[in-house]
Amino acid sequence: MIEIKGLSKIYNGERVVDHADMQLETGTITVIVGTSGSGKSTLLRMINRLIDADEGTVLIDGQDTRDMGLDALRRRIGYVIQDHGLFPHWTVARNVATVPKLLGWSAPDIKARVREMLETFQLDPDRYGPRFPHELSGGQAQRVGVARALAARPDMLLMDEPFGALDPVIRAQAQDELRTVQKQFGATVLMVTHDMAEALSLGDKIAVMNAGKIVQIGPPEEIVTRPANPFVRSLIAATDRPFRRLALIGLEDHIVSGTAQGPAIAPDASLADALSQMIWSGRDALPVVDAQTAPDAPAHKIITLRDVLRLGQAQ
Amino acid sequence: MINRARIDRLGFWLFWPGMAALLLPFAGVRRSRIALPDAQSLSNTFGNWGYVAGAVYLAVLLAFVVRLSPVWRVGLGGLLCVALVLVTGRGAHLLAPDVAPYGRVSPGAGAWLALAVAGLLWADAMVRLRPPPLWRLATGGAVLGGVCTLIASGYLDDLSVIVEYHNRARSFWSEARAHILLALGSFGVACLIGLPLGLWAAKSRAIRGPLASVLTGLQTIPSIAMFGLMIVPLGWVAANVPGAGAIGISGIGMAPAFLALVLYALLPVVSNTEAGLRAVPPATEEAARAMGLNARQRLWQVEIPLALPVLLTGARIVLVQNIGLATVGALIGAGGFGAFVFQGLGQSAVDLILLGTIPTVALAFMTALLLDTAVALCRKDHR
Ligand SMILES: Nc1ncnc2c1ncn2[C@@H]1O[C@H](COP(=O)(O)OP(=O)(O)OP(=O)(O)O)[C@@H](O)[C@H]1O
Ligand SMILES: [Mg+2]
Repeated sequence: MIEIKGLSKIYNGERVVDHADMQLETGTITVIVGTSGSGKSTLLRMINRLIDADEGTVLIDGQDTRDMGLDALRRRIGYVIQDHGLFPHWTVARNVATVPKLLGWSAPDIKARVREMLETFQLDPDRYGPRFPHELSGGQAQRVGVARALAARPDMLLMDEPFGALDPVIRAQAQDELRTVQKQFGATVLMVTHDMAEALSLGDKIAVMNAGKIVQIGPPEEIVTRPANPFVRSLIAATDRPFRRLALIGLEDHIVSGTAQGPAIAPDASLADALSQMIWSGRDALPVVDAQTAPDAPAHKIITLRDVLRLGQAQ
Repeated sequence: MINRARIDRLGFWLFWPGMAALLLPFAGVRRSRIALPDAQSLSNTFGNWGYVAGAVYLAVLLAFVVRLSPVWRVGLGGLLCVALVLVTGRGAHLLAPDVAPYGRVSPGAGAWLALAVAGLLWADAMVRLRPPPLWRLATGGAVLGGVCTLIASGYLDDLSVIVEYHNRARSFWSEARAHILLALGSFGVACLIGLPLGLWAAKSRAIRGPLASVLTGLQTIPSIAMFGLMIVPLGWVAANVPGAGAIGISGIGMAPAFLALVLYALLPVVSNTEAGLRAVPPATEEAARAMGLNARQRLWQVEIPLALPVLLTGARIVLVQNIGLATVGALIGAGGFGAFVFQGLGQSAVDLILLGTIPTVALAFMTALLLDTAVALCRKDHR
């Protein structure tokens, strides 16, 4: 667990991070959103002590980071920098190998791990491994940056807008991969993004920052349904809110029996997906099938528009 | 037939001085090494063959006016240069008996001009060919090797500079050693002092300004004054520090010249080190820290490799500057090729001046080529 207590940073008399408090439970993803210049990167950098806090403390499993060896601390925290920050004179493979090398892994282990990480992020190791960073697209470079941060299986991961340069398709894939990898070794992740949709889909918790302060922190439902103040409300456009909320609810728990015609929807889809299909096909109920069930078997499990409308309602 | 598009600009403009070379004296013959030269034309030297040689030469120049592919131009230009050197050497051989044993035959204005034109045409063609760095280096080495072989073959032995060289063969090589020791040694010492200073300046803003002003101040002292200034303190050291004299420190000679060169070299070494280190992208620097590289690992694995092209560019500047400045060291008895230059100036013996100048220029040129190659090779990897 990472505990951030009363953390502040003052630049030229201005508090760019102002008494930030936060608890990151082990094995969860916390996402920070906020406007440009609100102090997100500064907060992140104080955690691995790239910059020193002026006030407050950071505790990792109860131990103050100031009492830890600086290099040891940083080697166990994966870090994805906002501008990818790849070493321009090293190949992609060497970049990814950075921390394992520092930790003294054996050469075959490093090699295998580099391949694994590049494959995880959809980069063919034989093709991209020997390239230099200037031979990559922006999105590819970002993925290498994430692969590098994860290479040594850190138990903590700080990510500063890791997927900013990715197109929506690759971005969704990269998010999935991040989720999978994170679950695999139970890493504690703190991630910064500008994209509310990304925050809502990835975060176990979302922290909203404005002018150096954390103005609200909580699970995605809470941010969408009970924004603490007009600033948080403004982050999710009024017209988007019902859909954002529905996207957070799986339809599994809201299946009823009945009959419905037409193509079925998978039970792991969200209520937003269901609503979208209903609108598009002009139906007020959809059959729900598991992969096992035959697609055109007479449906008994359905999801209804009435339920969707009820669940999406403002409280 | 030949329209404008088919005419090569440089070839066209160099054709005229190239032709003028034929009207200037081909060789100068002197009764003694300091006598005034007596001009000889190509036809005086070779008889009718002189006209043939002139005609062939003009034909080749005309070929350069037409647009040929760079490969052709390189080949033709190279051949022209070699032919000109050979013809000059041969001409000297024919003319030498007239003034033996004390007389000298040297290339005349026409021969120099023709060689310059041919050299420019060839160099221009090389540039257009854009050979990869290692090829350029190999070409430089081949030219140097060719010239040395030609001199060793004895074919040029009747040219006055070569006569001068043979007269002083032994001191030539000891001066060469002194010259290289001065230029390279002072560079080495400047690096030992300048690299840490540059590193310090890159990391600390406070030191940057004052350091730059001091070093720039040193750089602005005229070289002769600088060499003179060194005499006093080093003379004092030699007289007052026991053992200083034993290791070769004295007010004149190698030590003050060496010190002066070190001082001159400091500014470029320090400023290039600083600039190179500061040019490391901030994101890269931050990533290196965040990955847990400690200060020393960052320096050796990230900062220095990334600064290397700039560092090598600095080394090139310093070495070429040192090779040139080392000649001035001869004024205070440091030796080096400058010794020939100043003796030659004193005796108004042009051959002797050339004996000091030509190897200095060749040395500077080869050094620059070598370091350019190194820079190009280490830039290839990134950016
Ligand atoms: N080294 C510094 N010196 C002075 N001011 C700084 C420094 N670093 C950041 N700041 C200021 O601190 C504030 C917060 O910066 P920070 O980089 O944390 O913002 P951010 O939330 O990450 O913004 P973005 O979304 O644009 O990345 C900004 O106003 C910035 O100008
Ligand atoms: Mg930022």
